[in-house]
Amino acid sequence: MSSLVSSRLHEDIWDNRLLLARLITEVENDTATGRDALEILYPHTGNAYIIGITGAPGVGKSSLVNQLALAFRKGTGKETKPHVGIIAVDPSSPFTGGAILGDRVRMRDLSGDTGIFIRSMAARGAIGGLARTTAQVARLMDAAGFEVILVETVGAGQAEVEIASLAHTTIVVDAPGLGDDIQAIKAGILEIADILVVNKADLPGVENTERALQAMLQLSNHSGRASSAGSSSTPVWEVPVLRTVSNKGEGAFEVMENALAHLHFLRTSNEWEKRQHLRIRDEVENLVMQTMQQHWMKNLPPSALDKSVEALYSRKATPYQTVKDLLKLSGFNFD
Amino acid sequence: MDQKIRVLIAKPGLDGHDRGAKVIARALRDAGMEVIYTGLRQTPEMVAEAALQENVDIVGLSILSGAHLTLVPRIIELMQANGQSKVPVFVGGIIPEEDVNVLLDAGVKAVYGPGSATTQIIDDIQKLMAEK
Repeated sequence: MSSLVSSRLHEDIWDNRLLLARLITEVENDTATGRDALEILYPHTGNAYIIGITGAPGVGKSSLVNQLALAFRKGTGKETKPHVGIIAVDPSSPFTGGAILGDRVRMRDLSGDTGIFIRSMAARGAIGGLARTTAQVARLMDAAGFEVILVETVGAGQAEVEIASLAHTTIVVDAPGLGDDIQAIKAGILEIADILVVNKADLPGVENTERALQAMLQLSNHSGRASSAGSSSTPVWEVPVLRTVSNKGEGAFEVMENALAHLHFLRTSNEWEKRQHLRIRDEVENLVMQTMQQHWMKNLPPSALDKSVEALYSRKATPYQTVKDLLKLSGFNFD
Repeated sequence: MDQKIRVLIAKPGLDGHDRGAKVIARALRDAGMEVIYTGLRQTPEMVAEAALQENVDIVGLSILSGAHLTLVPRIIELMQANGQSKVPVFVGGIIPEEDVNVLLDAGVKAVYGPGSATTQIIDDIQKLMAEK
């Protein structure tokens, strides 16, 4: 075991920013140390409230995260201010694998507050709007005592919905002038919203955007996610549409209040349990698939894949049979 | 999974010229590194804390204000204090000839003036990281 990880890690990591930062790197690189850390910490997690912030590039996600973090730190009415962890994901270049992670630029206001910890992550080729290890990084922050974790996705379009299975509350940010009402009724990102925010509400066209979102919500009959549809006796969460002007700090407090109301809704209905189970199931499924993929690649004879490609190219083999053969070559047997 | 070199590019001090910092950030990105860019007008405390939170492998400071002799040693001092004595620091910008050695003595790994080739900076970083 690495010197970073002891069996008392859950005590060591508490309030230890340097250790947390180093372990995040281990987890991000999927090292043995990172895995050991996650295994030891798992029983001590599950306490943080995770809020996801997603939306198209340029709508103001980082600025909203900045304002939300300030709002949570200013106080929620309780005596103790929550510690706020922030994970900001930006895309990696598909060509070089490099990335520019620029979300801290909008979070200047947060520096100097030791109750806040910001970590930038590159997506490293993952396509769901998060990096492959974002959920695990959130877990480290959880174990380190951050009660609120804000996760900002890459600028997302219509399909980057992975955040919904990580976050307890998903905030989708929109801005005036980004599309007509047909964009609002397409499937995808708007459907995962627990809270809709129209940022840049000082720009012209804010009413149109708001109206399109409201209409979209009415069409979907307030059912929100599929999981909350169905029986009429259970309480239903009505997705609010809120206005913010994040660069002036307007509206963030209301967003926080609505997020906390959503948290209360989750806790007082059976949604919390249901979503947590779904989330854990997702995670296990993903891990199993990743593990199988790694196992397959590790155990495949060196030139087997090249040979198969050649055979397929010359039409001497067929795709599904090739898959069976390749799996068999690395020790998987199912017929 | 392959490891990425993580670099913090920071602009401490009060000058508002970040073209140089952005050119470097872009060049390092194209060399396959993950570059955390802080934006303008950072205090030494902000830079040292960002380097810690992001657990970067190396820190690049861009300074054109002439305040490098105040800012740079302070940042290095703060980084040593918060557990990052092994994280190398390089400086770019307008640094007078006679100040270069002062900065190197203060612990800076390299100083890049106007006209430095980005390929040189990339090479230097990759060499430093290989030595780690």
